[in-house]
Parts: sequence; structure tokens; C-alpha cells
Amino acid sequence: MANDPIHQFQIQKIFPIEVGGVDFSFTNSSLFMVLTVAATCAFLIFSTSGRGLVPSRLQSVSEMAYEFVAGTLRSAAGTEGMRFFPLVFSLFMFVLVANLFGMFPYFFTITSHIIVTFALAMLVIVTVIVYGFMRNGMKFLKLFVPSGVPVALLPLVTLIEVISFLSRPISLSVRLFANMLAGHITLKVFSGFIVSLSALGAVGIFGSILPLGMTVALTALEFLVAFLQAYVFTVLTCMYLNDAIHPSH
Amino acid sequence: MAGETHSTTEGMHEVIDVPAAEHGAGFPPFDATTFASQLLWLAITFAVFYWIMKNVAMPRLAGILEDRKDRIAGDFSEANRLKEETDAAIAAYEQALAEARNKAHGIASDTRAKLKADNEARREKAEAGLADKLKAAEAHISGIKTEALSQIEEIAGDTTSALVEKLMGKAPTKTDLSKALKSVMN
Repeated sequence: MANDPIHQFQIQKIFPIEVGGVDFSFTNSSLFMVLTVAATCAFLIFSTSGRGLVPSRLQSVSEMAYEFVAGTLRSAAGTEGMRFFPLVFSLFMFVLVANLFGMFPYFFTITSHIIVTFALAMLVIVTVIVYGFMRNGMKFLKLFVPSGVPVALLPLVTLIEVISFLSRPISLSVRLFANMLAGHITLKVFSGFIVSLSALGAVGIFGSILPLGMTVALTALEFLVAFLQAYVFTVLTCMYLNDAIHPSH
Repeated sequence: MAGETHSTTEGMHEVIDVPAAEHGAGFPPFDATTFASQLLWLAITFAVFYWIMKNVAMPRLAGILEDRKDRIAGDFSEANRLKEETDAAIAAYEQALAEARNKAHGIASDTRAKLKADNEARREKAEAGLADKLKAAEAHISGIKTEALSQIEEIAGDTTSALVEKLMGKAPTKTDLSKALKSVMN
């Protein structure tokens, strides 16, 4: 059905690939991952090709993105956190451009799939755990034992800390996934109303002005959400990385 | 309008011809059969992206920002150096001015002292000349005065003797005359 709001999330194979019974096909999702990476790299490299001392407009966009992420990471995780700058910058740019690409009609939103956002979240959490143990050894476990808590409460607090740590990848991935999914469904539903209403004749066409206005407003909101969720993902990544560097609260 | 676009999409992927089994597999984001493919392609694309960011894009951006920072810092230190030079020049000028002013003061006060001394000397000389002249004049006056006085007695004596002779017909003696004159004049 044309108005099916779920249809836009459908994954379609472009080049079927199957290895050992597992489906690794190149799909529309894969295509947009490649496009996201290609567009972002092309933009960053092309815009900085002049290496202008006084930046051109495009170069200043790249510089702003770079300094924005650098500032976020430095304020959350300190100077030592800057070793993760390539990772954090890649995550931010990837999620941001993927979200913004999803705003184009016909385009597939790769971040509207939980498996993608979960994989990115797990990348962050695994980095935190591996680096946390590498840098702090067993002291990394202090993360779960806040200082200054009465001994009687310590087991309970530690349990809560462990649960909150384990729920991080879930909350990190679900937040991004749900925002993108819900936004795109809402947009589709409201724009579907326009079509359905305008089929009802003159009154319907007049009445469809309301969902049209909503669609326009929601589109603006979705652009904000696309940026904001990329930013939130980045900020939380920085905070989790800070835990790996400074595990004691 | 958006509805129309999506109906076109619908038409498009019917052309692409997706197997019906996959098409209707419930809510697409929870369709586990697509997970392996998404994970694989995400891993490939993100790894490539990370590599390009780390080795190409970010060093370039860092270089640009570093160059700018260096340039600004360089310009700042150059400006500081020029400012210091200016300050030094101003200080030198002030010092030269003060020296010149002192020198001018010295010359002025020297000249004033010299002129004063000259004047003093000339005045003293003139005063001394005047005093001499004064003394000479006084001496002259007193000479004339004594002379006159000495002649007064003689004239008075002559006059008196002439008067007495006229009145009494007989000239007084010189002794009487001088006695009488003395008693009157003293």
C-alpha cells in the first residue's frame, strides 16, 4: 500500500551475496552506507583541498565540524581523551550524514535500523571496556564502586552501577534508532493524510492544508533531530570514554 | 506529495522484484535475516571511513588549523616586537628631549649668570667712577666754599669799616674790626 509508513525501512537486495548460508547481500542499506562514507569523505577532502589560511565557506564548515567535535571531546574527557578523536569524529560525521541523508525523499535511513545503531554503540562500549582495562587494569572496576558510599549500601549501589553500565549500549542505540524511526514514520503518516484527504474533493483539499503544514513543520523538526541525535550520540560517547580514562567517580 | 513519492517508490521496488518472503517479514528493523548483511557492510564502510578520517581528512584539517594558529601567534609576536621597538624609540626620543631641555636650561642659566656678572661689573665700575667724580666735585665745592667763606670775612670787614668810617668819620682799627666781626659771625 502506498501509504504504508513502514515501507521506507524495507531492506532490498541490490547484489545478492550469500556465504555459507548467511545472507551478506549488498542492499539499499549498504548502498547508503557507501554513499554516506563517500559523500562525507569527498566533502571533507574537497573542501579542505585549498588549505586556505583564510577558509572558504566549505572549508569553514569542515573546520567547524572538526573543532566542534574536538571541543566536545576535550570538555568531556580531557586532553587524554583526544586519543579517541578519530573515532569520535568518525562516529559523529557518520551518524550525522546518515541522519541527514535520510531526510531526502526516496533515500534510505541507515540509522533507522536498530542493528546499525547497536553496532555503533557496541563499538563505543567495547572501546571503553578494552581501553579501560588496558589503561587502569583492575582499577577500572572502581567504575562500579563509587567512593563515599556507606558499606551497607555498597552492594546495592554497585549492582545499580553494573546494570546502568550494561544498559548503556542499549540506551545509546535505541535512542538514535527510535528517534529516526519515529520521525520518519510521523512524517510519512502526516504526508499520507494529505493524499487521503485531497482525494475527498474540495473540502478534503482545503482540509489537507493542516497536515501539509504539519509535514513542513515536522521536516524542519526532523532536520533538528538528525543533528541533535548525532550530537547526543557523540556527547554520550565522550562521557563513556571519560569513564575509561578516569574510572573512579 | 510525499505520499505520491512513496507510491512511486513502491512501484520501483516492484520492478526491482524482491522475493515476497522477505518483503512481508514483519517490521523491517527487527528482521534478523538482514542483520548479517547490515553488520558486514557497516563494518566495511565504517572501517574505510575511519581510516580515511584518521589518515587523510583529520591530519589535513589539523594541519590547516595548526598553520593558522602558528600564523596568528607569529603575527602576534611580530606585532609585539614592533610595539617594543616603538616603545624603545619613544623612550629614546623622550630622553633626547629631556637632555636637550636640560642643556637649554644650562645654556640659559649660564648666559643669565654671565650677563648678570657683566652688568654687575659695569655697574660697579660706573658707580666707582661716579663716586670719584662726586668726591672731586665735593672737594671742589668745599674748596670754593672755604674760599668764599674766607673772602666773606674780608668783605664783611671791608664793608663794616666802610660803614663805620661813613658813620663815625674814622675807620676802626683792624683789631677792633676783627674782634667785632668774630663776635657777630660766631
